[in-house]
Amino acid sequence: MKHLSEYRDKELAQKLIAAIRDQSKRPIRLMEVCGTHTVSIFRHGIRQVLPPTIQLISGPGCPVCVTATEEIDRAVKLARNPGVMITTFGDLVRVPGSQSSLQMERASGADVRMVYSTFDALKLARENQNKKVIFLAIGFETTAPTIAAAVLEAKLLGLENYFILSAHKLLPPALEVLLNSGDLNLQGFIYPGHVTTIIGTGAYEQVAEKYHLPGVVCGFEPVDILETILMLVRQIEQGQAKVEIQYKRGSSAIGNPKALNVLNRVFVPCDAPWRGLGTIPDSGLALRPEFRAFAAEDHFDLQVPPAQDHPGCACGEVLRGIKTPLQCLLFRTACRPDSPIGPCMVSTEGTCAAYFKYNE
Amino acid sequence: MTFDKVLLDHGGGGRASHELIERVFVPRFQNPFLKEMNDSAVFDLNGANLAFTTDSYVVDPIFFPGGDIGSLAVCGTVNDLAMRGAKPYYLSVGFIMEEGFPLKDLEQILLSMERAAQEAGVQIVTGDTKVVPKGAVDKIFINTSGIGLIPKGFNIAGQNAQPGDAVLLSGTLGDHGLTILSKREGLAFESSLKSDAAPLNHLVQEILSTGPEIHVLRDPTRGGLATTLNEIAGQSQVGIEIWEETIPIRDSVSAASEILGLDPLYVANEGKLVAILPQSQAEAVLAVMKKNPYGQDAALIGEVKAENPGKVVLKTIIGGKRLLDMLTGEQLPRIC
Repeated sequence: MKHLSEYRDKELAQKLIAAIRDQSKRPIRLMEVCGTHTVSIFRHGIRQVLPPTIQLISGPGCPVCVTATEEIDRAVKLARNPGVMITTFGDLVRVPGSQSSLQMERASGADVRMVYSTFDALKLARENQNKKVIFLAIGFETTAPTIAAAVLEAKLLGLENYFILSAHKLLPPALEVLLNSGDLNLQGFIYPGHVTTIIGTGAYEQVAEKYHLPGVVCGFEPVDILETILMLVRQIEQGQAKVEIQYKRGSSAIGNPKALNVLNRVFVPCDAPWRGLGTIPDSGLALRPEFRAFAAEDHFDLQVPPAQDHPGCACGEVLRGIKTPLQCLLFRTACRPDSPIGPCMVSTEGTCAAYFKYNE
Repeated sequence: MTFDKVLLDHGGGGRASHELIERVFVPRFQNPFLKEMNDSAVFDLNGANLAFTTDSYVVDPIFFPGGDIGSLAVCGTVNDLAMRGAKPYYLSVGFIMEEGFPLKDLEQILLSMERAAQEAGVQIVTGDTKVVPKGAVDKIFINTSGIGLIPKGFNIAGQNAQPGDAVLLSGTLGDHGLTILSKREGLAFESSLKSDAAPLNHLVQEILSTGPEIHVLRDPTRGGLATTLNEIAGQSQVGIEIWEETIPIRDSVSAASEILGLDPLYVANEGKLVAILPQSQAEAVLAVMKKNPYGQDAALIGEVKAENPGKVVLKTIIGGKRLLDMLTGEQLPRIC
């Protein structure tokens, strides 16, 4: 990690900023798809150093944020089963469902554990044979291969008390829905380096061709983001719509076939509910028939009443890039990081949390 | 949704903790000392200016590189006294242990308490022990209280920061919190990280020897530097600006933070202090700090402003400025 400093280099950043200011003529809106980019942009103060011609808007790339309320409600219902241990990535415990959150269930006695990896959940299942250990699997193409690998291992070990509740999301179908909605007035995409490392650039090529929209695959440090913005500005000023890779140290056009292979052995695309975008065909991942022994939905009653979102919550519009948090009536008044109403305020990668935290 | 239960967030040292204290505790025990919300209460008793504080320690794991729950329990309370400018004298200690707790672990904890007390020059003069059934606490919890004497002429408190003051930091950030996380079950990874737990009272005495014009001292423990500076900005009704490129952070801490998705500015420290004082004295105090083993990496990291009262602004390396808010919730890992 010693190389971190070169991507936070002050002089290099200043040169890029000067070039962007010099070359950006027409007003443009660029969407950073990934929540990690949103946070990095705010954390390093990138918005203030850009010329007024460039507007950055956040997209649907925060896995916690796009998890639908009904998916949270199902997790809450699961947590109430006696003998169940819920394991999940951190932020999800705080996301409010219709009536409750996993955090509130934990305070009421439910066994809810935060893990960094699904392999930790696997370990918990092996060590707690008297418990049914359920991993709430959220995330995009980046996390899904690891979760698939854990399922393969669980099968190898013959574990009977390890389950996953898959709420995975696939990015390309969501981009397609966004672009077809016609709400976005967008001139370019800042694509997520990590997702691209797995899936490659094929899906973006289609976007570039079909919608004449340029995109650059971007790393997560300030110099990466500034360089990406400069690459997009150049393309747009020249009327081009290509897919380029700025994040060459991590991504390539073909992605990671080995990871994709593991993913496809275990999962198959399925329709999935997205917060703000509704149900999108083939945008989720379900366990294949031969792995259904690990599917929580086949072993527990997951019927929940229709989800109730707070009527004032604008997370959906924020995720679609058509509203900023400042245009939500609840922002900073009723909805705050310590008493969040929508998921975009909960997740550290949520747009509302970033606006709140960094005082936009 | 309204909360009718105490959540883990309420103990995280960030905004939720503050709200619990302000809404539930302060109104119940109303008095001017508590209301000040400083590291220690300061009061006059028969002409002596005393500082009094208490803290409980529930760290997990109880042993970690650079210290254990025992050294932490002594250093934490010594430091809370020192942050009011007090010279600490006497500590009390209370143990709550789980049935079955290994005696050799207890002895190791007591040994490190003894060593830390010796280094700080304090005596542990009274104590209490309780044992509860297995599972009623996790291994061992320790409470310490301490009492110290403030030399005449000093008034060091979170309320005293003034526009134009310099902000000094005694060393690198994030060492303690990242060390604990790196050893926590389920997260364990190999690293050279080591907790910075240390008694800072001698360093404070050396700082005070430069003159009486020290306005604020505070140790950035839970919630990290960002939360501590927000507390001071709020108490003093001033703005604070800090400069990212001047903040000392070890490469190992930086790397571990990136892996875990944490921001070192929000991670706990147990052997660092922030000093706020007039610019004119900054250089002299910095020189004194650098001579002390616990202040070798001390740096001038920012200044107090009249603008944006109650807020902390970070000037980033690339030249942008952004708000540095208080910690909300526990710092949680990234998920993608």
